[in-house]
Amino acid sequence: MPQPLDTIKGFGVTFKQIFKKPITQEYPEFKRPVYPRFRGRHRLHRFENGLEKCVGCSLCAAACPADCIRVVPAENTPDNRVSAGERYARIYEINMSRCIFCGYCELACPFDAITLGNEYEISEYARDDQIYTKDMLLAPPIKRVPVADADLYDTPIPFYKEHA
Amino acid sequence: MSEPWWISLIKAFVIVNLVMVAFAYTTLLERKLLGRMQLRYGPNRAGPFGSLQPIADLIKLIRKESFFPSSAIELPYIVAPAISVFTAIAAFSVIPFGAGWHLYHWHINGEIANVSIALIVVFALGSLGIYGFIVGGWASESKYSLLGSMRTCAQLVSYEVSLALSVLGVVLMAGSLSLVDIVHKQGTFVPYAGPQVVGLLCFFIAGIAETNRAPFDLPEADSELVAGYHTEYSGMRWGLFQTAEYINMITLSALMVTLFFAGWHGPYAPLGPLWFFLKLLVVVSIFIWLKATLPRLRYDQLMRFGWKVLLPVATINAVVTAALVVAL
Repeated sequence: MPQPLDTIKGFGVTFKQIFKKPITQEYPEFKRPVYPRFRGRHRLHRFENGLEKCVGCSLCAAACPADCIRVVPAENTPDNRVSAGERYARIYEINMSRCIFCGYCELACPFDAITLGNEYEISEYARDDQIYTKDMLLAPPIKRVPVADADLYDTPIPFYKEHA
Repeated sequence: MSEPWWISLIKAFVIVNLVMVAFAYTTLLERKLLGRMQLRYGPNRAGPFGSLQPIADLIKLIRKESFFPSSAIELPYIVAPAISVFTAIAAFSVIPFGAGWHLYHWHINGEIANVSIALIVVFALGSLGIYGFIVGGWASESKYSLLGSMRTCAQLVSYEVSLALSVLGVVLMAGSLSLVDIVHKQGTFVPYAGPQVVGLLCFFIAGIAETNRAPFDLPEADSELVAGYHTEYSGMRWGLFQTAEYINMITLSALMVTLFFAGWHGPYAPLGPLWFFLKLLVVVSIFIWLKATLPRLRYDQLMRFGWKVLLPVATINAVVTAALVVAL
């Protein structure tokens, strides 16, 4: 059944909207704070003494469902000590165009060497630039994205993430 | 009263360009207004308040590859968008937008061509414009395009009947088919929106269907279907179809202003074009308002409404008006 009165009411509703403030968040100027447990661009970590946490065990690569991690290990030698363990990752690459940001790599890692950060502005003009090398992943975090206050959320922050 | 041919030529050139600019900024107005009605901003990046957005869109469309389907038939495929744009713009030539002015010893009319059967010219051009849609859809050699163009034609042909019948009341009251005469009659009498309110409503509803606008935008139905008759078009050829649609809407709004709202008449006569423009702006905004408010009809509802409701109402309106005109 057509309901003409409701239709006319509808015109009133749409007309009223014109005078309200749009709820649009204008992105490049305004960045919405991400959740504390947001899964963004990866980071590799070091110990305080400068040694890398990653021992090149390739468990992250094995856990990766998208198969985007490539690890080539090498032996630590007394005059070239890179990581705390027996071996270190000579090559550690993540293909960000394949990564699905599931976080399995950080769960698989026995040394909490890899975590997912908060960065989501990782677009590039070329696909080759999407392959992140070890140096890029080890570099101090780029803080371009605001993070919401953890106290606002009742989900606990996992230990490995907080103390990474 | 007649003017030298070169004044007409200059006027035609100016009006064509004005209509194109009006089209460009109607798209912006639509996007802005729709945005605000949906609590968005609409385009606001290109230029202040997005004022350069139409130009950016134009540059993008022109630079884009005009894809050509290998099985398409070349000549009609290329000519179709041009036909629809040509008819859309040509219809504007008979619409009066001012009282006419004296400049030195020349007289400038308030319209490009004062045709004694202007209304019929507009409808004839509108019917010709449908050929652009049929030919374009057919020449693309695609099922979607063909079905889309059939859908479009069925709708346009159905609603054209009501559209023509709904203005019959105005024609009977004015006793003329010339838009200039109709506007003059309204200047001395009242705008026909008063005595012809039923005709106005019929004209408006049929006009929405005729220009493929929501809630009768079945030919495209962006959110439900593959585009329609312009499925296989891209780049500026697609842009020309869009141009034709929007200019048709502007022309129809202008026709509505002329027939029912006394055209360029307003409190201060030399400002004629301004009054015309303001009335046009209001009518176009109402078209956009409708798009933001009403949900799309189903195809059987569209056909039923066109033939079983709109056509009888428009016919009765015409008959009653004829009886009253004869009796009074």
